[in-house]
Amino acid sequence: MENKVADASRAKVPLTVEDLWVEYQIERGVVKAVRGVSFSLARGESLALIGESGCGKTTLGVALIRLLVQAARIPRGEITYWRGNQGIDVLSLKERELRRFRWSECAMVFQSALNAFNPVLRIWDQILDTAKAHGGMSRAQVRERALQLLEYVQLDPKRVIDAYPHELSGGMRQRVLLAMSLLLDPQVLILDEPTTALDILTQRTIIDLLRRLKEEIGFAMLFISHDLATAAELADRVATMYAGTIVELGPVDDIFYRPAHPYTLGLIRAVPTVTGDFEDLVSIPGAPPDLVDPPPGCKFHPRCPYVTEHCRVEEPKLEIHYGETHSVACFNVRRVQEDTLDLQERYQKYMGGKAQWAQG
Amino acid sequence: MGTGLGEYLIEGRNLVRMFGSRKERVTAVDDVSFGIQEGEVVCLVGESGCGKTTTGKMIAGLLKPTSGQILYAGKPVWNPRGDRGEDFKKFRLGVQIIHQDPYASLNPSHTIYKILSTPLLHHKLVANTHEALERVIELLNIVGLGPVEDFLYKYPHQLSGGQRQRVSVARALTVNPRFIVADEAVSMVDVSIRVGLLNMMADLKRNLGVTYLFITHDLAVAKFFAWEGRIAVMYVGSIVEFASTPQLINDPLHPYSKALLAAVPEADPELTRSKERVELRSQDIPSLLALPSGCRFHPRCPYFEPGLCDVRRPALLPVGENRFVACHIAAREAGIPA
Repeated sequence: MENKVADASRAKVPLTVEDLWVEYQIERGVVKAVRGVSFSLARGESLALIGESGCGKTTLGVALIRLLVQAARIPRGEITYWRGNQGIDVLSLKERELRRFRWSECAMVFQSALNAFNPVLRIWDQILDTAKAHGGMSRAQVRERALQLLEYVQLDPKRVIDAYPHELSGGMRQRVLLAMSLLLDPQVLILDEPTTALDILTQRTIIDLLRRLKEEIGFAMLFISHDLATAAELADRVATMYAGTIVELGPVDDIFYRPAHPYTLGLIRAVPTVTGDFEDLVSIPGAPPDLVDPPPGCKFHPRCPYVTEHCRVEEPKLEIHYGETHSVACFNVRRVQEDTLDLQERYQKYMGGKAQWAQG
Repeated sequence: MGTGLGEYLIEGRNLVRMFGSRKERVTAVDDVSFGIQEGEVVCLVGESGCGKTTTGKMIAGLLKPTSGQILYAGKPVWNPRGDRGEDFKKFRLGVQIIHQDPYASLNPSHTIYKILSTPLLHHKLVANTHEALERVIELLNIVGLGPVEDFLYKYPHQLSGGQRQRVSVARALTVNPRFIVADEAVSMVDVSIRVGLLNMMADLKRNLGVTYLFITHDLAVAKFFAWEGRIAVMYVGSIVEFASTPQLINDPLHPYSKALLAAVPEADPELTRSKERVELRSQDIPSLLALPSGCRFHPRCPYFEPGLCDVRRPALLPVGENRFVACHIAAREAGIPA
């Protein structure tokens, strides 16, 4: 298990999540939005959480900084941020400690860059508010740091710092949010759909910027996306989420060229590339389950082409399948793998026949 | 353009659309001309604010051009005084639009049956409610919403996003259109459902002969849906390149098309890593209130030639069979005298 790593290596793992559950109380019953999620984030690593709307990926992200709505509760689980050998148990933090923790240990950049700002405050006032709430820096220090960061995200700092949010384009606002998230030098950055609402060329700028930030600053990045292309671009590892739980987790190349879960394979088969060969695409039949009243057994079984009796009665656990890095929650991995030969071949072609897989 | 007039089911000629007051006027669409043949798919791609939706709305007759003309089956849609032409009703029934957001475009207080039967009865396409029900069932089957009993008396909020968009398509089909403008019709739908929706819409082309103007910001979707059709790339109000889909994807000529294809992230890690970047000279999209002189792309273009690109605005010129580009440099390379 990931929380049993030796103390010495903990400094390299700033975040561990263990068996996390999140529920919402609604009129119809209890929505189990996150169901028993475990993973860890390494320093300098980017992990993509992919999945479709309603799979629980944003709830999970928000739970990691405890910004859940009132109706939500966390019945079980552990979230630990590590500073050296010292762990911060996020679920037991008091409101005051939590506020301090939020920007300085872990910052979150939300999907809608316009809504994240107060429309009547200049960028400078918003930055100052954030810095004040956490203390420790003088006004002049904040200003200097802010200008530095704005320049770092390739904005014209003098112009942007005195602008109102509406005066900036979507891509500029997204960059301001990124700069703000770095203000208190967090070790973990959570990005919710960082490029979703942006145009292609702007998207490219943000992706390249994120990659550079990650390499130069070395924080750990968790980004939440429904877009496989963003994951293929930015992720070192990919976690596929379905019906509130991680169904597959592995290195990015493994996930794209040797997926082991039928849902991950289904997503890959459903998304066209632009400049790659023309491919016939297949959609996944049916729709995601109702999380108030999910099906028994594997939550994907009603949509799964590999379904057996076993899948209808028991939910498979996320278990190591290949090497030490690729885990999957499925009883029929071998049959799924037989259907990925074309993807494996494509990968071999890219690698000049030198691709090496971990052995399953 | 190229293939001679009168062959097009729908054609826009020199379409211009301005918005705003006299003091602050913007030209959202600036001299756009193109034609679509019966049974063809044309994709309009471009970034937000490039005028693709405005063009689509003009083509669908929802927005009157400030100047220019739209021809439907060879006849002008607007008469010279700018009023609706004689055949306007025929045009409005022949051309339907599907919007991006089915939450907003379907009446939330009507059942699916009511949503689909209303236009049938209003336009007297059926004689009575019994026939209306039969036709509604037929339409639900066409768009793949079955078993129909599960859908007829549901309200839009009881359906998933993909199902709602299928209802929007069924509603467009009530009046037996020959031509459908689909404006970001699959953008809000989850990826696992998207392909099913696209395949269903492609079947309508095959089985009912529907012609499409498909508007999208998503190049992957454009490529998949219009592989046998054509793509027009728009930038700041104009078409900068118009070519068959494989040509445009595999061998783009306009620097802006090249930049887009090089920048777009791919759902294939190696493919995306091995892409060659096109470095632009500037990241700023020009404001419609302060358009650059000459070619609108020149402040960002890596092939910019001073004295040419910032002075003369390039026209959309033929550079091969059924292939058009608006770029001085690309035209010169294709052997077209400046």
